[in-house]
Amino acid sequence: MYNIFKFEFKTLLKSVLIWVVSASLLIFMLMAFYPTFGKDMDLLNKMMENYPEEMLKAFGMSNTMSLGTVSGFLVFAFSYVQLCLAIQSANYGFGILSIEEREFTADFLMSKPVSRSQIFFGKLLASLLGLLITLIATMVSTYFALEVFKGQGSYNFESLLWLTIGMALFQWFYLVIGLFVSVLLKKIRNVLTFALGLSIGTYIINALRAVLDGEVLGYFSPFYYFDLNSIVEKQTFNYGLLTASVIMIVLAFIGAYYLYTHRDIPSL
Amino acid sequence: MAIIKTDGLTKFYGKSKGIEKLDLEVEEKEIFGFIGPNGAGKSTTIRLFMGLIFPTEGQIEIFGKDPFKQGPEIRKNIGYLPSEVFYYEKMKVIDLLKYTAGFYQKDCTKRMHELAETMSLDLNRKIEDLSYGNKKKVGIVQGLLHEPKLIILDEPTSGLDPLMQQKFFDLINEENKKGATVFFSSHILSEVQALCNRVAIIKEGRIIKTDTMKALSEEAYKKITLNTKDMDDRILNLEGISEVTKANEQAKFLFKGDINTLIGALSSVKLDNVWIEEPSLEEIFMDYYK
Repeated sequence: MYNIFKFEFKTLLKSVLIWVVSASLLIFMLMAFYPTFGKDMDLLNKMMENYPEEMLKAFGMSNTMSLGTVSGFLVFAFSYVQLCLAIQSANYGFGILSIEEREFTADFLMSKPVSRSQIFFGKLLASLLGLLITLIATMVSTYFALEVFKGQGSYNFESLLWLTIGMALFQWFYLVIGLFVSVLLKKIRNVLTFALGLSIGTYIINALRAVLDGEVLGYFSPFYYFDLNSIVEKQTFNYGLLTASVIMIVLAFIGAYYLYTHRDIPSL
Repeated sequence: MAIIKTDGLTKFYGKSKGIEKLDLEVEEKEIFGFIGPNGAGKSTTIRLFMGLIFPTEGQIEIFGKDPFKQGPEIRKNIGYLPSEVFYYEKMKVIDLLKYTAGFYQKDCTKRMHELAETMSLDLNRKIEDLSYGNKKKVGIVQGLLHEPKLIILDEPTSGLDPLMQQKFFDLINEENKKGATVFFSSHILSEVQALCNRVAIIKEGRIIKTDTMKALSEEAYKKITLNTKDMDDRILNLEGISEVTKANEQAKFLFKGDINTLIGALSSVKLDNVWIEEPSLEEIFMDYYK
């Protein structure tokens, strides 16, 4: 299994680097706007009043939170990083197992003295490590971005730790859902389509939930399960939804494992 | 000891049949040919051996073990060359071979370089830049570098030029002499004829005949050609004669039965010439496929 893990991790490394750089640039760029926002709250509030409430909600802003505080602004900025994390995790999830069948290398790999479960875990662990590295590097960048641009403002460092834990679970969610769907289907032709579909789709569902105030919609989106507002501002999770997501992660994981170890590998 | 043994092996893909009630036994150190046209179930059988697909019914034993429970242990000693070769396109040949070697708990470096040299394979090129024939060579090297006890070949020669085919057959013969058992699937009968001790003929998912090469040719029809000016039609009506064609002073037919009866009958005719030929495997094969 170590052989596969090493190979897979090496293959992912470049992609991990690209995601780290992109997410870091993104958070720096967005946080760079904070000083302007924080300086002139009155002007900001006036500007916000000009926008329809629905639109603000769709972009993760509302009158209950303030873009004028450091942590308020962080919630706004980090929501885009969160979307990146979702896309990356889903991309790995849909991709890592299905690639062997899409490129017909499964015959090569499975004729070696390894079991299906060794392949499964080797690949899963390599992706988990890749995602963890992305997350930690992104959180470090976020910390630096906050320190550089917070100015006179302040924020609770603890909220970054909460955010890290929440986002780790959030990544796993997309990873295992991707894995599960990829072994449920006979073939995945285009991984990126699936990954973008799932992550942006759930992102939009959560935006709609905010606009329509329909909490039910939120149940269909992990973005709601790991709501940045409550994690950053209140340093707490919605424990009901957290439990639900852990259960779903475990179920999708078991399902993916079972299907993969019982799967007929199609030939050309 | 049987190296490969299947018992009522059946595989359906949904409703379409792959193979049905397949019984096979491959003995140690033999080169076993598995012949049949495309779609007869050859690849299905091999993919079952390799644990790539799961049987609908029946059992497989390889080295006396179940490939679905003890797969990794069995595959330590199997070298597999699929009919279509695909590898990680972005990799260099040498990296792919090193990755392969990393799966076996022994040092395969020496054998790897020997094989690459025999097959004149350039190790420093990227897989995506290789021609189909060169990819096939990669397949051969990665399949043999751990000196497997069982070599499974699924139509291995497609894409290799005749010179490389010969080198490849030499290689397989050499491995066989060193003690490796070979399971050789093909629809090119001449290569099976050249290489194999025993063959099984598969048709529409079922094995219709398993025998030694020798017995297959002996049991089969003889091809007879006669040149004579006074052809006696009674000869052509003998039992065991079929597919008669007559032209000018020549008669061609197939004969199955005791050769002495035929020779006895022929002694009464003044012959200009006679040919008695063994049928090629193609002809035997076509006979089973009628």
